[in-house]
Amino acid sequence: MAAVSTLPVSMVELAFADPAQNFTFAYISDSHIQHINGNRFVNNWDRGLIRSVAETNLLQPKPDFVMFGGDLAQLGTKPELDHGAEMLAKLNYKTHVVMGEHDYYLDLGEYWSELFGPQWYSFDHKGVHFVVLNSILTFDEWTFDRWPTAEQRMLEMAGLDNPNGSPFMVGETQRAWLAKDLAGVAQNTPVVVFSHSPIQKIYKGWNFWTDDAEEVQGILKPFDDVTVVYGHVHQIQYNQIGNISFHAVMATAWPWPYPRSYAQAESHMPKITVPMNRSDPFFERDATGWQFINMKTGRVDMEYNLNNNTNRTVAYNPETGRPEDTKYQAEDDRIAPQIHY
Amino acid sequence: MRKTVFVVLLGAGLLAAAGVLSDAGQEQSTPLGLPPVPIPENNPQTPEKIALGEKLYMETRFSTTGEVGCFTCHDPEKAFTDSPLKTSEGINKLTGTRNSPTVINSAYMTKQFWDGRSPDLEDQALHPFINPVEHGLKNHDPILKIVRKDPEYKKAFQEVFGKTGKEITMREVTLAIASFERTIVSGDSPFDRYYFGGEEDALTEQQKRGFDLYLNEGRCVSCHVIEQTQALFTDNRFHNIGVGINNIQNDVPKLAGEFLEADRTLSEVDVEVLTDPKTSELGRFAISHGFDDLGAFKTPTLRNVAVTAPYMHDGSIETLEDVMLHYMNGGVTEAGDPVNDFLSGGIRPLDIEVEQIEDLVAFMEALTSPEFEPAADAADGEK
Repeated sequence: MAAVSTLPVSMVELAFADPAQNFTFAYISDSHIQHINGNRFVNNWDRGLIRSVAETNLLQPKPDFVMFGGDLAQLGTKPELDHGAEMLAKLNYKTHVVMGEHDYYLDLGEYWSELFGPQWYSFDHKGVHFVVLNSILTFDEWTFDRWPTAEQRMLEMAGLDNPNGSPFMVGETQRAWLAKDLAGVAQNTPVVVFSHSPIQKIYKGWNFWTDDAEEVQGILKPFDDVTVVYGHVHQIQYNQIGNISFHAVMATAWPWPYPRSYAQAESHMPKITVPMNRSDPFFERDATGWQFINMKTGRVDMEYNLNNNTNRTVAYNPETGRPEDTKYQAEDDRIAPQIHY
Repeated sequence: MRKTVFVVLLGAGLLAAAGVLSDAGQEQSTPLGLPPVPIPENNPQTPEKIALGEKLYMETRFSTTGEVGCFTCHDPEKAFTDSPLKTSEGINKLTGTRNSPTVINSAYMTKQFWDGRSPDLEDQALHPFINPVEHGLKNHDPILKIVRKDPEYKKAFQEVFGKTGKEITMREVTLAIASFERTIVSGDSPFDRYYFGGEEDALTEQQKRGFDLYLNEGRCVSCHVIEQTQALFTDNRFHNIGVGINNIQNDVPKLAGEFLEADRTLSEVDVEVLTDPKTSELGRFAISHGFDDLGAFKTPTLRNVAVTAPYMHDGSIETLEDVMLHYMNGGVTEAGDPVNDFLSGGIRPLDIEVEQIEDLVAFMEALTSPEFEPAADAADGEK
């Protein structure tokens, strides 16, 4: 229950040599705003984004900017994207947005781009080079030639364990752009990449996966400190591959894998596939959240703000050379899964 | 007159029922539907201490006007509230920001006050004395002066604690008040006789329908907990249910920011939340600084709820019917009003019909304990 709502001051000490370079930013992701009909939207998903935005606006110290990690919409429609953009507009900070497959596969990102601009780009902030990728593209044949309607294409890509689906990829065009973008960046500049899908391979059936992950990792290899932050998986994940630290962010909509407790009639939710070991069915917001991030010594310290739950921090451990949960990493320190209510 | 009624009431019902007058058999004589009262190891119950606590509870000299006592807002004749006042009146009719919570069964609460800013009854009893809109004292010295000099108190403190003069501190005063409050427990309602006592006809058919809604579509039981062998009707947790905080939505960033920046003492918080209506609405956030607690208040018991109108932490809802509408609307009192940004994830529009509200209210009327039935009848008479 005890939520840490302010940034612990100790967390931002020991940062860059120049303390002015310390900064934080917030990360909200996977809101899946879902249109029912007319002006009706799925209440639960709306509440998740509204609450995250309102809480982010209360952060002290104030974050330098906010990232939105993709899947703003559920089926990529104008009403969904408009409704989501309207809620995001309440953020009191500069906001950067990442493309998710639920935003993309109806009109191939056309309306999203009208609202949010380019689908891949980079920017520099206080000595860190940030890159935003559209990692949810796939084979041209699947995208352009296979489906009779845009709606069906959207639904096929939204399905889980769907034999008609297709693996995500960054693709050749963007990889070439990335190589060029990074050409002018010094090797000791911290690089942070934002993508919707993990730029690592976890589980193909749910596209916890990017098919050309190794190629992208190769382009990032020359740099000393690289971090990839991704959404899509709706859960806490972290990993280290070579020089690259990986962090996943929570969804504001629902947790993956699904808890059995979500089983109910008339829920407007996709079918339950795999149970999760905890989730309080009373609190719709349980097992969801958002995060704020401390940039220190060029590394990402991920602070998970978990609704009605114990907050967690995953930070780079210089001794082991990988991100670790600062409190629950050791097996003995973990909270036993709750399997009944 | 007031006092006579009080003593009779306790003598007939509460003290005997709670079994606190004898050392043996407390469990057997706990009212139906309640667990044994948790008694802290460092404050064992004795008849003498309870009697001293009652005397302190009824004392009016511990206020600047000589008119206000604990009983002023927690009146035994009004199920230990000040119903029908919206928010409580202290010295000189000054009003606080919050509706008086009942003392009944507060012995079971794991935190005290609407925002849980006090860990136990002993600590709770310290604060109203020195709150400017309650007893109004600048500090506790006037109380100590009286209890150290007044012959009756001198005798009682000597008897109960073996202490005199400066040995008597607020610690002893609050230990006695808390001991008395731990005798104010009540169960034995028609619901208890039905659910725990197996009396099939203790509830009417309408009340049984209401109970079914309470457990199911109404989702009431998720916070107002009923267990296998007991029912405290609270989860001892804090929830933003869309009351009060809606009035300060635009001020939340400023108010919350002030609380995050300033490291206030508990006493400062106590004064601020009861004297500034806007700050009050921050709820438990003022104590915990956690986002989950913005606009969140403690789940109150529902026992005797039919005799303690009005409702909610700010007394803003007059009838149980309107409380039901608030929940049906998913945490807004007037349908169509904006939903609070920080609303608890447990609050959402309910799948119940307006006609079913009467069933739910009928069920809540079955939660009145026999000792408060006269108050229930009086409330009916006023309708």
